[in-house]
Amino acid sequence: MSKKNKFKTSIGDQTLRILTLLMAISVVVLMVWMGWEMFHAARPSIQKFGFGFITGRVWDPVKEQFGALPFIYGTIVTSLIALLLAAPIGLGVAIFLNEMAISKVRTVVGFLVEMLAAIPSVVYGLWGIFVLAPWLRETVQPGLAKWLGFLPLFQGTPVGFGMLAGGLILAVMILPTIAAISREVMAAVPNMQREAALALGATKWEMIRLAVLPYAKSGIMGGIMLGLGRALGETMAVTMVIGNRPDILPSLFAPAYSMAAVIANEFTEATYDLYLSALVEIGLILFGITLILNVFARLLIWSVAQGPKGGNLV
Amino acid sequence: MGQSLSVRDLEAWYGSNKTLKGITMEIELNHVTAIIGPSGCGKSTFVRCINRMHETMPGTKVKGEIILEGVSIYDRDPVALRKMVGMVFQKPNPFPSMSIYDNVIAGVKLNGMTNKQKLQAIAEKSLRMAALWDEVKDRLNYSGMSLSGGQQQRLCIARALAVEPSVLLMDEPASALDPIATMHIEELVRQLKVNYTILIVTHNMQQAARIADSTAFFLNGELVEHGPTSDIFTNPHDKRTEDYISGRFG
Amino acid sequence: MKSLRKSVNWIMLSIFIFATIIALIPLFGVLGYVVEHGFRALSLDFFLNLPKAMGLSGGGMANAIVGTLIMVLIASLIGIPIGILAAIYLTEYDRHSWLSVGVRFATDVLTGIPSIIVGIVIYTAVVLKMGNFSALAGGLALAIIMIPLIIRSTEEMLKLVSHSIREAGYALGISKGKTILRIILPTAAKGIITGAMLAVARVAGETAPLLFTALGNQYWARSLNEPMASLPVQIFQYATSPYKEWHQQAWAGSLVLISLVIILNLSARFAFRSRSN
Repeated sequence: MSKKNKFKTSIGDQTLRILTLLMAISVVVLMVWMGWEMFHAARPSIQKFGFGFITGRVWDPVKEQFGALPFIYGTIVTSLIALLLAAPIGLGVAIFLNEMAISKVRTVVGFLVEMLAAIPSVVYGLWGIFVLAPWLRETVQPGLAKWLGFLPLFQGTPVGFGMLAGGLILAVMILPTIAAISREVMAAVPNMQREAALALGATKWEMIRLAVLPYAKSGIMGGIMLGLGRALGETMAVTMVIGNRPDILPSLFAPAYSMAAVIANEFTEATYDLYLSALVEIGLILFGITLILNVFARLLIWSVAQGPKGGNLV
Repeated sequence: MGQSLSVRDLEAWYGSNKTLKGITMEIELNHVTAIIGPSGCGKSTFVRCINRMHETMPGTKVKGEIILEGVSIYDRDPVALRKMVGMVFQKPNPFPSMSIYDNVIAGVKLNGMTNKQKLQAIAEKSLRMAALWDEVKDRLNYSGMSLSGGQQQRLCIARALAVEPSVLLMDEPASALDPIATMHIEELVRQLKVNYTILIVTHNMQQAARIADSTAFFLNGELVEHGPTSDIFTNPHDKRTEDYISGRFG
Repeated sequence: MKSLRKSVNWIMLSIFIFATIIALIPLFGVLGYVVEHGFRALSLDFFLNLPKAMGLSGGGMANAIVGTLIMVLIASLIGIPIGILAAIYLTEYDRHSWLSVGVRFATDVLTGIPSIIVGIVIYTAVVLKMGNFSALAGGLALAIIMIPLIIRSTEEMLKLVSHSIREAGYALGISKGKTILRIILPTAAKGIITGAMLAVARVAGETAPLLFTALGNQYWARSLNEPMASLPVQIFQYATSPYKEWHQQAWAGSLVLISLVIILNLSARFAFRSRSN
């Protein structure tokens, strides 16, 4: 017979417990409800176009033809460009801050990198329109065309706006995410590992390469995946510089369109149900992709944090 | 008035791990009883059962009986019980968000008392009993964390005393303190036993010898021996007690 | 051999420094342009006037600034209490059960949702049902974005409160609810407030969720049940318009928005610094 408490907790205590429980449950309800709402609103489009929605290349609201491939293409390519640039640079920043910089520099520069993340997307977009795009149009793209123009990637008229601009701006925006998470997982590597390497005569770079990075590898992968998730869903900055044309072209100079961008631009113009439904379906696809990505990323980061003496990182 | 604090066949579990295997013990009032034994012998668990703190951890279970002032502690509201049985922890833990004054009266104020004069009187009385009043009387509104380790522990003692318990449980109260602070705590315990029943868990046998009237030796969740301190240390009945005292293990 | 390793070391470390410099260039670039162009267009008019028709100068973003403040307030009034209470549940009442796993998973999911998706959901669930765009819908969308952020940061701060403090409270005969409200929350207060400020800074800059919930408004909204202007949306509309005066206003608006965000970030981090460990 186990001893149970026969006394009721006070009303105040009970209220607090119930209230907090309700709020916690409501978070789960919120998530489920959002998924359901979207699915419900996207249903007409799903039923009409089926799988062809994802492979359809034509987006023509006038003719009631809705194919999402151009947006998927634009989203993926800009995100890839962003990753290719932000991952190595972000990792480099993390290594510099965690393993090289002295405390004061680390605080200041670390704060500055975080400020990159604090700048609102629309402000990046504004800068993209009036500074980045012209710079691409006048300097970078002609340069790329001159030296690498044999590649279809860099052919066509430099307009500034387009796939390249979208990718670049995304790179700036996801860099802080990758840097921050890389820093966290690298900080979780026990100092003993570092000291052991140094005691064996390793140079600083060798110590990083042998003692820190292998340990933090999966966590860094997780950070990169989270960065990718951010890039996929980023809306404003992208729509302001990507050109907003639903074409699938090989050149990075060409205008393009992303999933989030088309929703942002055309949602309020959707004059009939199927149109709206198609846009919601694009949102649903985006939701699904980012959800899966996020889950994987967190598992990866969690595994580093919980691994050897990681503690409560995530 | 008041009968002793009686423990009968107390068993306790942490999950599937049985940490107390049936303890029966009479604890004398207004007495200092030391609980000694090697790490993991169940002394902390034992003491935490008396104020029903053991069951606040998830996955714990308790069987047996503990009688305080004629009533089983399991027939009382645990929240009310903890006002009768105070506790001081191994590492001093004053509330960080509160001043010294607020710390001392926390137990009383948060349970409903609002009369300012009464609260001030209680604060002064408790701080005096804890031999801390003179050191802090001019800075009562300073943060509780601004004190030294030894002072913080005496603050925690004052805080526990303010609630006017009849029993005071002390779980290795001086183990995180330096020797001078330890000395102050031990002196305090000697003074307090006049008015309180004190159970002190300690891994320091010399400390038990210095301040305890009776001593109980725990081993592997069992009560091996319990008696007047001088008996336990000079003439133990059980061989295991003798081995522990003479340092053969633990 | 040894000097080869040394050279490699030197090269790699230089690369990392180089990477950091490259990373910071856009920061200074953006901030620099915003400050420069924003200041030029800033004036008292900007803060006091309503937008003027295209081509005319002297307009302002008064309604957008106020609109942002109002909708962020609505979002905070909804999101912060829900977030803190849910976090209390996760740390104080239930750290390990299936429910808490589920809540944490849902929080993670909500954190990762692109904010435009939130806009879609509120559009179908609220705007369509109510029949009009509204500030309320906008505030609701922002609240949904805030909730997981608040839960995360509050949970972290509550976990930092040493378990010994909780036990000290219980051991004094203080009930669990009172211990949570009067001892644990005040102890974690600084950190919780920091988290809330950072969440506010984040939603203040959000554009996408407002695009089809609060929509936008060239005039003052007379009630919460009407479309309302907001800084980010206004900046977006002006930046993508063909009118030079509106471009200048967009820079000015960006300056105001960034200042708000940076001030919140700085205060959160430095004014409440003593909370760390």
